[in-house]
Amino acid sequence: MAAVHDHDVAHAHDHHPSGMMRWMMTTNHKDIGTMYLWFSFIMFLTGGVMALTIRAELFQPGLQIVNPEFFNQLTTMHGLIMIFGAIMPAFVGFANWQIPMMIGAPDMAFARMNNWSFWLLPPAALLLLSSFFVPGGAPAGGWTIYPPLSVQMGMGMDMAIFAIHIMGASSIMGSINIITTILNMRAPGMTLMKMPMFVWTWLITAYLLVLVMPVLAGAVTMLLTDRNFGTNFFNAAGGGDPVMFQHIFWFFGHPEVYIMILPAFGIVSEVIPTFARKPLFGYSSMVYATASIAILSCIVWAHHMFTAGMPVTGQLFFMYATMLIAVPTGVKVFNWTATMWRGSMTFETPMLFAIGFIFLFTLGGFSGVICAVVPIDIQVQDTYYVIAHFHYVLVSGALFGIFSGAYYWLPKWTGHMYDETLGKVHFWLTMIFFNLTFFVQHFLGLAGMPRRIPDYALQFADFNMISSIGAFGFGLSQLLFLYVVLKCIRGGAKAPAKTWEGGKTLEWTLPSPAPYHSFETPPVVR
Amino acid sequence: MSQGSHYYVPAPSTWPITGSVALLFMGFGAAFSVNKMPLGYGLLAFGFAVLIYMLFGWFGTVARESESGKFNQQVDKSFRWGMSWFIFSEVMFFAAFFGALYYMRIYSVPELGDLEHKSLWPDFTGDWPTAGPGITEKFMPMGPWGLPAINTVLLLTSGVTVTWAHWALKLNKRGQLKLGLFLTFALGFLFVGLQAYEYGHAYSDLNLKMSSGAYGATFFMLTGFHGFHVTLGSIMLFVIYCRVLKGHFTPENHFGFEGVAWYWHFVDVVWLGLFIFVYWLI
Repeated sequence: MAAVHDHDVAHAHDHHPSGMMRWMMTTNHKDIGTMYLWFSFIMFLTGGVMALTIRAELFQPGLQIVNPEFFNQLTTMHGLIMIFGAIMPAFVGFANWQIPMMIGAPDMAFARMNNWSFWLLPPAALLLLSSFFVPGGAPAGGWTIYPPLSVQMGMGMDMAIFAIHIMGASSIMGSINIITTILNMRAPGMTLMKMPMFVWTWLITAYLLVLVMPVLAGAVTMLLTDRNFGTNFFNAAGGGDPVMFQHIFWFFGHPEVYIMILPAFGIVSEVIPTFARKPLFGYSSMVYATASIAILSCIVWAHHMFTAGMPVTGQLFFMYATMLIAVPTGVKVFNWTATMWRGSMTFETPMLFAIGFIFLFTLGGFSGVICAVVPIDIQVQDTYYVIAHFHYVLVSGALFGIFSGAYYWLPKWTGHMYDETLGKVHFWLTMIFFNLTFFVQHFLGLAGMPRRIPDYALQFADFNMISSIGAFGFGLSQLLFLYVVLKCIRGGAKAPAKTWEGGKTLEWTLPSPAPYHSFETPPVVR
Repeated sequence: MSQGSHYYVPAPSTWPITGSVALLFMGFGAAFSVNKMPLGYGLLAFGFAVLIYMLFGWFGTVARESESGKFNQQVDKSFRWGMSWFIFSEVMFFAAFFGALYYMRIYSVPELGDLEHKSLWPDFTGDWPTAGPGITEKFMPMGPWGLPAINTVLLLTSGVTVTWAHWALKLNKRGQLKLGLFLTFALGFLFVGLQAYEYGHAYSDLNLKMSSGAYGATFFMLTGFHGFHVTLGSIMLFVIYCRVLKGHFTPENHFGFEGVAWYWHFVDVVWLGLFIFVYWLI
């Protein structure tokens, strides 16, 4: 499977477009991966500024900084931007950089379409963010855009709907590309059960994306026609039902949360064996656990809707199905721990983030099981307990996975070692401020503080103040990450091909930085 | 995983970014025009024109690459995986609307007619087809055995003709191939024409509109998106027909043809679901 590169055939390597045109026209998986990662970081800061504005407002009771309408726009846009702009593109960036290198391929299967998958994101982000400046402002019904609220909102909602359409098209193209690359472009000898875990988790994630992104497109299309073309899908007077939107939305929405966590599982499953200097414990059970989680994730959606009204039988089914997910997840946590057992461990920054991930993601998983219990969920629905739960799985889960992977592969990408001391400082600041921000929100939620409200009763004041201080600390700590990355790109100690002594996957056989076209001739995997 | 062959990685290209510019204009244009803002239709039309230009250019490039023999067996296999999963994503898109139809017919409409809701809407029985309890304007549902039945025959026939054309391509009978393809897209466009006529009939004679509650919404959403897909499929078949006239495709190497044929069978199957659940079982 040697690769033919169109421009190489024509005339050596001499006519790459340069400057901005290089990035706009590129068909190279590394260029595209880099763009995904930078786009994601910019969106991370954008959504972060919104989060900090929310926390500043909540620093003390009363209304002081923003008005309630704008507050709701911020919570909505924070969610949409972080999910569709920050977390998902970051993982696609990792997929672009790593999958061809880890399976011994020259590039992605559809290199030109790969470019389009990325370049659909900036227009979508522009569309979404400019909704702040139109009459009526940005969507303010929560990221779940439930009708009837979302049917009544101003034109910002239509812009969000079209942005979701474009981002969905990008995700579907990206995931078809990833599936095809993994199924069709592995090096000779790399059977499915020899693939690195990161590649496995992305294969399963990509299947989930192809399964549910079109359903979201359908859901928002029905919103669009209800808003503008007189249909009555979500209007009881016409025989429709607003709860139907919730069912269709969460059929997308629940697999979506696994779309955001499975690639992080993959990264952690690469990092832990490397720094424990032992092969991953229970590789095949890891693969089956990942697949089970993905399958189960498609039949638990209504646990987001326990208070929306449903028969007791339905509640019981969705409760037990949800709790069942704890089994394969437990298998994974067990395997990571068993991998570390009696390993000769060192604690470089990627490993710190991976261990932080295991601790805190497991906590988020526990609060997830608690939320799954119907009588408890009826109490904590729409409180800060839920906010705390999903930030433990999305920030200390997905985001910690991203940080772990970024530190792990930065030397391979840039050819330089990052600053280990600053990396560790970044980890500890992130770890401490994260818990300061979100741990106290469990207490706020249990005490009854509702989410998406800019003001609160006096009794919640202390914990909110702590949480806001933590949030600002967390936000500022991320600027340190930016500094570490920039410093690493500009220079630093030369990274060897095999940066980490325990690295066993194919990318460590390539020089650092990795050559522009990964494997021109395929390696043979024994 | 064939060894020693060459996987084709295309050179840097301006087509993707052109497509992104098109969708940027279309996104803003659509949002502006549904809100009756100035510039909306202009932006939408400009974006659409750029999109058409991009599609011509991009697919033209792929066709040229294919004809110059740059795609080997492995690239061919990539196209097969890619097209299969694209069609699967389309299936899921329709699944959302079929899901809405079943939900309304099984849950929301009967529930609105049950005893609990009698105090709100005493006269509403919860039978299908309905415009719901709050919409008093009367309409007639679309019967299955007129145009829809004819359309079913048209689409099923087109499924046969496209397979007939495929056999011809494999046996290198170019005359039969051209005739088969011509018949297929002609039947496709005829279907779209009849659907348009049916919509006119619905609006003017049956008083059946998008705003006719649950029935109207699901009827127009499902048949509308299906008709849109048949239109796309017919255009794709027409493009393949033009490529055949130019001498493209060989008995061994013709994934462009097969991909479109797969897509055509997909819209065919969706139609059968529509015919049964939207037109017939009411």
